[in-house]
Amino acid sequence: MLLAEQALNGLQYGMMLFLMAAGLTLVFGVMGLINLAHGALYMIGAFACATVAAATGSFWLGLVASLAAAAAAGALVEMAVIRRLYTRDHLDQVLATFALILIFSEGTRWVFGSFPLYLTLPPALSGAVTLPGGLQYPLFRLVIICVGAAVALGLWLLITRTRLGIRIRAGEADREMIGALGVDIARLYTIVFALGAALAGLAGALVGSIQSVQVGMGEPVLILAFVVIVIGGIGSIKGALIGALLVGMTDTIGKALLPALFAQFMERSAANTTGAGLASMLIYILMAGVLLVRPQGLFGART
Amino acid sequence: MTRDMIINLCVFAILVATAVGAHLGGQGFTVTLATKAAILGLAGVGLNLALGYGGLVSFGHAAFFGIGGYVTGIFAFHASSGEPILTLPFALMGSNEMLGIWPMAMLAAGLVALLIGALSLRTTGVYFIMVTLAFAQMIFYFAISWPRYGGEDGLSFYVRNTFPGVNTLVPINYFAICAALLALALIFTALVTQSRFGLALQATRQNEQRSTAVGIRATPVRLTAFVLSAMITALAGSLYADLNRFVSPAMFSWHMSGEIMVFVILGGVGRLCGPLAGAAVFILLEHLLGPITEHWQALLGLMLLAIVLFAPGGLIGLITLGLDRIRGGKADV
Repeated sequence: MLLAEQALNGLQYGMMLFLMAAGLTLVFGVMGLINLAHGALYMIGAFACATVAAATGSFWLGLVASLAAAAAAGALVEMAVIRRLYTRDHLDQVLATFALILIFSEGTRWVFGSFPLYLTLPPALSGAVTLPGGLQYPLFRLVIICVGAAVALGLWLLITRTRLGIRIRAGEADREMIGALGVDIARLYTIVFALGAALAGLAGALVGSIQSVQVGMGEPVLILAFVVIVIGGIGSIKGALIGALLVGMTDTIGKALLPALFAQFMERSAANTTGAGLASMLIYILMAGVLLVRPQGLFGART
Repeated sequence: MTRDMIINLCVFAILVATAVGAHLGGQGFTVTLATKAAILGLAGVGLNLALGYGGLVSFGHAAFFGIGGYVTGIFAFHASSGEPILTLPFALMGSNEMLGIWPMAMLAAGLVALLIGALSLRTTGVYFIMVTLAFAQMIFYFAISWPRYGGEDGLSFYVRNTFPGVNTLVPINYFAICAALLALALIFTALVTQSRFGLALQATRQNEQRSTAVGIRATPVRLTAFVLSAMITALAGSLYADLNRFVSPAMFSWHMSGEIMVFVILGGVGRLCGPLAGAAVFILLEHLLGPITEHWQALLGLMLLAIVLFAPGGLIGLITLGLDRIRGGKADV
């Protein structure tokens, strides 16, 4: 029973990481850009949701605002800064987007202050449900799992079944060629970037509802999203999904089981600290293992 | 003497002159700021070897900075408590001797760098950036969840470690130690980059295929550079711990990695004294802008953005360009 609950927690965590990783991997796959400021977009989504929900009293409007604000911020940043970086090397991209983090974080702290904000869930989404087997589980976490699954399906449809998806795939393959064929590359890139930003903003709003909304909330998640796409293979949405679920499961189940496991042959308090320490390292060990076997990631096409 | 050499000497001379001037003027705080610039510059000099000369964009050098710091903190902690650090496989006692601590800090970081480097160098480009970042983050979480040495709160030690014949608690003395190590590291870097190994390293950065064709195996060369770079950064971490008499997991944080990288870029990638100039300007900005607005990091971000977008050669690149303009010569940046 405990294990089933932890598995669901892992699934929920994994889905949330997928929302982050999907945008990152899409932007890298299409534009070849490493975007550290993705975590800032996550934060913007959370703050937009908290502000609008507090002003209007409606969580749903807050969610819409998180998507809109993150997408708008993404499009704006892309047009102002990011598009100058596509032809630069990765070092310049890292630095410029690191600078963007500083600007966004300090800007947000300036407007909202350093204190965390909290979101209240609408009654329709709060409370627990009883799952088959008698397990009580928070409804909102199930909703996050469903949203993640829906986004995965939606992205798959978008990429494989629509005209925009064809252009995105063509852009990954050869950006000069699709430009020559009359596709407005600059606009395509802005759309892809805004799409990734919107997904990050949505993730921020959803996680902000479980935890709290504060400056710097995006950075730990960003690094986990990096681990996810290194495991899954950069540029692959499928890889991002599998990687996110692997990381989410490993982290959650490791944190639940390792202390108990160590308690079998160690003293209780020592087992707790060793287990917790090792559990927080587990996903990086997983990453190292994947790198040893497949340096390009599970679904990565090239190195 | 080449023009670059003159600029390098000038940057170093300005640092020393600032510290000595402040000492004579009785401003101990400014001496400490100059010491901080020398130490962070040293961390940048370490990263520059991998990043500037080897093209290895490591976003995880905070790991080595932090290891240097923690080794120092742990030695000092055990020296005051009197219990050994290790009993198995061999007995290791705490120590207050900088001359003993530095090699241990560098050794520990070197071994970790060997492991991280061997794994990370299986990847290239953007993967390498993310993987080094992730490994540094792993060590960060390990430091947080290790209660023996303070966990999240960090570890303080009350007396600065000692150096034979010098009272290290006097700010100018400690500055002299740090500046001397910085100078040694700069000379070492200058020699290494002109050696056979350094030329091979730069060749692998410029064109891996071509360097392979002339018989250079890229991975061992890069791994060596990565380990050397980590060891220099660890030495800086050790000095930084002694400067503050405090270590905390913040030394491992990815902001630290980012800042070390900023020093290198702000000054100018692959230029000998670039990291020092970058660190000095960074500290100057922190010191000047900090009192004006608590949001000075936003201004720093804007400046950094401007440098990346419009001045790829960094500050030293700008100075060189300026000198060339004055002389009417052709710019080569």
